[in-house]
Amino acid sequence: MSETVLSLDALTVRLPKGADRPHALSDVSLSVASNEILCVVGESGSGKSMMANAIMRLLPNEVGIERGRMMFDGRDLCAADPAEMREVRGAGIAMIFQEPMTALNPLRTIGDQIGEMFAIHTGLPKAEINARVLALLEDVRIPDPKAAAKAYPHELSGGQRQRAMIAMALALDPKLLIADEPTTALDVTTQAQILKLIRDLQQRKKTAVLFITHDFGVVAEIADRVVVMQHGAIVEQGAADTVLNDPQHAYTRQLIAAVPPLTAPPPRILSGKDILTIDGVSKTYRTGGFLGRGARVTEAVKNVSLRLPRGATLGIVGESGSGKSTLARCIVRLIDPDSGSIVLSGKDWAKLGREEIRRETRHIQMVFQDPFASLNPRRKAAELVAQGPIVHGTERTTAIAEARQLFELVGLDPSAGDRFPHEFSGGQRQRIGLARALALKPDVLVADEPVSALDVSVQAQVLKLLAGLRQQLGLSIIFITHDLRVAAQICDLVAVMKDGAVVEQGLTAEVFGRPQHPYTQALLSAIPGGDFTRKRDALIA
Amino acid sequence: MRILSLAGRRLAASIPTLFLILIGVFLLLQLAPGDTVDALMAQMGGGDAATAQQLRKFYGLDLSVPAQLGNYLWHLVRLDLGFSSIYGKPVATVILERLPPTILLMTASLSFAFFFGLVFGVIAARGVNRWPDTLISTLGLVFYATPSFWFGLMAIVVFSVYLQWLPSGGFQDIGTVQTGIRGVLDIAAHLVLPTLTLGLIFLAIYLRIMRASMLEVLNLDFVRTARAKGLDETHVITRHVLRNALLPMVTLIGLQAGTMLGGSVVVESVFSLPGLGRLAYESVVQRDLNTLLGIVFVSALLVIVVNFVVDLLYARLDPRIAAEG
Repeated sequence: MSETVLSLDALTVRLPKGADRPHALSDVSLSVASNEILCVVGESGSGKSMMANAIMRLLPNEVGIERGRMMFDGRDLCAADPAEMREVRGAGIAMIFQEPMTALNPLRTIGDQIGEMFAIHTGLPKAEINARVLALLEDVRIPDPKAAAKAYPHELSGGQRQRAMIAMALALDPKLLIADEPTTALDVTTQAQILKLIRDLQQRKKTAVLFITHDFGVVAEIADRVVVMQHGAIVEQGAADTVLNDPQHAYTRQLIAAVPPLTAPPPRILSGKDILTIDGVSKTYRTGGFLGRGARVTEAVKNVSLRLPRGATLGIVGESGSGKSTLARCIVRLIDPDSGSIVLSGKDWAKLGREEIRRETRHIQMVFQDPFASLNPRRKAAELVAQGPIVHGTERTTAIAEARQLFELVGLDPSAGDRFPHEFSGGQRQRIGLARALALKPDVLVADEPVSALDVSVQAQVLKLLAGLRQQLGLSIIFITHDLRVAAQICDLVAVMKDGAVVEQGLTAEVFGRPQHPYTQALLSAIPGGDFTRKRDALIA
Repeated sequence: MRILSLAGRRLAASIPTLFLILIGVFLLLQLAPGDTVDALMAQMGGGDAATAQQLRKFYGLDLSVPAQLGNYLWHLVRLDLGFSSIYGKPVATVILERLPPTILLMTASLSFAFFFGLVFGVIAARGVNRWPDTLISTLGLVFYATPSFWFGLMAIVVFSVYLQWLPSGGFQDIGTVQTGIRGVLDIAAHLVLPTLTLGLIFLAIYLRIMRASMLEVLNLDFVRTARAKGLDETHVITRHVLRNALLPMVTLIGLQAGTMLGGSVVVESVFSLPGLGRLAYESVVQRDLNTLLGIVFVSALLVIVVNFVVDLLYARLDPRIAAEG
């Protein structure tokens, strides 16, 4: 039996007055043993990140530990003084963060930042430190470790940066590794690699890992044991298999059910007529370059041809940098394609002038990814929704009245129109974004990652709403996503993009059921918890 | 190398700006009543219209405005700043005589403001919303809100008249001209009060920017990473926060080089320093167009050079800049 590394005993963390609840964590008790991965799962606001920061004693000033004990290495971390804590941090407990871009100092080299671990906690000479840094970078399988050590964070890709973070965290062989959503910001194939890396290193070094995530797919992939949190309290914990296959608490069941199934629903009958046909669209970005010197040419979209039948949903899936967002922006003409045609209801959009586009734009509308950034914070929700129709000549009072009806349509209280965007939750904001797009009664809706910034349960609600609207209003939708599960759930047709080109397209069930292109196969096999969902889907079916 | 070419391109781009400024100043001064000849005649105690006519012809002031402008620019292209009729010397000579006090004053106040702005900004940010922060922020606001001439006058009253520690004006002791190390000390003593007067306002700005940017950087993720590594607070600041927080400060230096030249006009007048600022003021009063344009040209060059250095410094501080070039 492995020994317990960290145990929390009735840990309670107080939030400042005026927060939505008095305690960030209430009576949290759990333990992590060496050589095991304990996953802490919960939606945003459940207090899981707060717990990680509490263990490191890195809570913001206005948040304090009220009571409880955190036993690590024979002492209570709640009672440790700052100097003792500094010895524990890094050497005893190390941490990896979600955002590998911002978690590294942009002005210092990777090698320098990893080496700092040794400089703080050991008295090793410089040459020895450099050798160890290289060995660590090799351990995390960064290509060309020598160059990576000399590189600055912005010169590495997201996955490589996260590898560097892991190298840094494991530098001093800590007994406990806390990983706070380490793969959330990464592409699905990169995510799979990083998860495997963490698993491998953990098994080799017998480290205890406290893995924080919101994604049950990741849990199925990596966890030995699971702790489910809601509103700062643990609602269920147990071995991974038990929790996943036989959840006891209603909240756990709800979370697991909200993970979209991988298999597509039975195909709907699609109309024979196409509302939108895209033919040979290309877009090339040219950056830098003064008088043609040092110019960098990026082919963002390469000769893409797609067709969208009336009333259907076409999913465009791909990883970041595959050109899917550029394509979406070309379709609504926020940017101009270099060549090709985009025919909507008989008119070629790619050839229309600026003025015509403004007039015609009500036929095609866009929903954006970030519900926080895409709404003007200084305007009331109803005005935001009514703005489009007003610009296109509707009377102000009529437009506002229609906006209120739309609120009801997207499942918001009509009186919510008098509130400002910051008074809504993420899911509600995305509903406002939808209402805004629908206000112009478009034929085609282009949704660019509309549910990526949302929690799983909220995600499921928004997807359901979108499916309902599609039926009700006869909308045709282009749905852009990096999440194959989401695509499987809502799309009739799907196109897989890689490096600006469409590598495979067809009916969702066919593409996902019998992927032909190796890239599609790779994407599908990289989905975390794929086996688990497939098993579950089979059971349901 | 990449950085150099980047900065060089910026340098080339500032040349048209320089000419636009010169043309603008030239035309603006045409709007002011009177010209050099009027000022000269007034100095001589008056004269008849025929003499004035002759003088105007001699200085080329009887030509049309575009012709005068064309003449001036043509000379400028050949690096000839013209002749100052008031001082009776080439403009280049007049400016060169007046340049050292201004440059000394600017460098000294800038260093003073930058260094203490940085130190106080860091102290204020570390004790945010506690007494050091309140004290420093209040003092900063007071410095910022007080006009510099008033500071100058009060400094003269306290340190020169009352305490008699420092000289009240001038660039060096006129009675006994000293050389070597004593001469340097003499000039330094003369410059203490002007430097403080000019520097205080900029100190207030730098300290606020530094405080704000420290607070911002302290909230970034990599600072949390640094703490999670087990670094103590002092090392977190010196190794991770400081350099990141310095970036806005460096940008500000470039932006404010021009403002500082403007501020030195007031300070040089208060402390009767024979610098560029006062020369500019005198040339306006005396309608000495050639000298004034020369000063504008040299000041613009100074600002461009400062910005060039700032560009290089910025690229040195931030590796991301060179990559984006």
